[in-house]
Amino acid sequence: MLEARGLSKSFGRARALDGVSVEIAPGEVVAVTGPSGAGKSTLLHCLAGVLRPESGEVVLDGRRIDTLGEAELTALRRQSFGIVFQFGELVPELSAVENVALPLLFNRHGRGEAMAAAAEWLERLEVADCADQRIGELSGGQRQRVAVARALVTGPRVVFADEPTGALDTLGGEQVMTAMLGAARAGGAAVVLVTHDNRVAAYADREITLRDGAVLAGVNP
Amino acid sequence: MGNRAISSPRLFIECIVVIMSTGHVLLGLLAERPQHGYELKKEHDQRLAGAKPLAYGQVYATLQRLERDGFAEVAETRQEGGPERTLYAITEEGRAELERWLGTIEPPAPYVAGGLFARVAVAGKAADGYLVRQREAHLARMRELTAEKASGTPARVLAADYALQHLDADLRWIETALARMKEEGDHA
Ligand SMILES: Nc1ncnc2c1ncn2[C@@H]1O[C@H](COP(=O)(O)OP(=O)(O)O)[C@@H](O)[C@H]1O
Ligand SMILES: [Mg+2]
Repeated sequence: MLEARGLSKSFGRARALDGVSVEIAPGEVVAVTGPSGAGKSTLLHCLAGVLRPESGEVVLDGRRIDTLGEAELTALRRQSFGIVFQFGELVPELSAVENVALPLLFNRHGRGEAMAAAAEWLERLEVADCADQRIGELSGGQRQRVAVARALVTGPRVVFADEPTGALDTLGGEQVMTAMLGAARAGGAAVVLVTHDNRVAAYADREITLRDGAVLAGVNP
Repeated sequence: MGNRAISSPRLFIECIVVIMSTGHVLLGLLAERPQHGYELKKEHDQRLAGAKPLAYGQVYATLQRLERDGFAEVAETRQEGGPERTLYAITEEGRAELERWLGTIEPPAPYVAGGLFARVAVAGKAADGYLVRQREAHLARMRELTAEKASGTPARVLAADYALQHLDADLRWIETALARMKEEGDHA
């Protein structure tokens, strides 16, 4: 469904990705692991159409997406992808429910419809109580659940999560993982999960290990 | 290698770690060169720093068992005024047994760290292939335990947490060891 072929990407002299190929099947949960600086986030950003690789291809459902124009790529991202970052990256001026409604508003849904759907998602993730609170008033775990709701509200094909539990303690991380994967599975979304924590990687169906910008041989089935 | 009557689970675990590793560690040391019992003890305590020092009695008991099983043999006996000194050497069969052990991964469970560490202490960089496979086995077990937690009773969840955190500690050590081996390789 989502495929990367021979991706390379450099920042100045640093080669962040060096010929990486991966394939994600529909509904699959894949962990991307490896030490800090291995290229995990860069791979995730290339797959999600946030960064463009210098060489290689990113293909979604048979359609090459790394060569799309900016407007088309943005539209595709909003429709097909959801992204959860380590620190939520929510809009601090908005309430929790408004944050979750945002992607639907971008996708030209009516405000009433968007707010109702957002409230439903907050309830599913057990943070309905926080709906009207500002992001600054939420705990780390609550913020991540709001971020998960925002990533899933559009019914994406793929959810990308970059160290989603990185700022949480063990139990908080477990709750976010369970909520995110439960919701993704229910919606049939695949999940690409970047983490350096093996206990988080253990939630995935399989693992892709990066080292120095390349897939580590001998580790992946 | 030999087994002993086992009376409690705790003793069972300690026996596995102690019996299984010591014989193989001594074999690994003998594979480098023939050695006397007291040299073996010194080497063992140095390489497995942090593990319980070997008692001399245990060294000789283990050597006798290795000899009985055909894994080691007496290369030389000498007595120069002092106590009798026996030089032990590894046999072909012993080398084969050592190879077998180095090629076998530990069942991923808490408390296996002894056997895991012992392989690396003995084989050094040659253990990197083993470590990669052991890492996969650990991760596969962690996936199973994580899946079990989703439907387990509170007691099962606690037990799974306990196993997961220990396996994770092993895994982080495996990753550090692999990174160190790679660094040494890069500098060599
Ligand atoms: N925006 C950037 N500008 C400069 N260098 C970057 C940038 N993003 C990543 N890098 C470099 O690329 C390499 C891979 O980074 P990254 O993908 O963030 O690794 P990881 O997520 O595995 O820690 C690192 O050496 C990093 O310093
Ligand atoms: Mg990163």
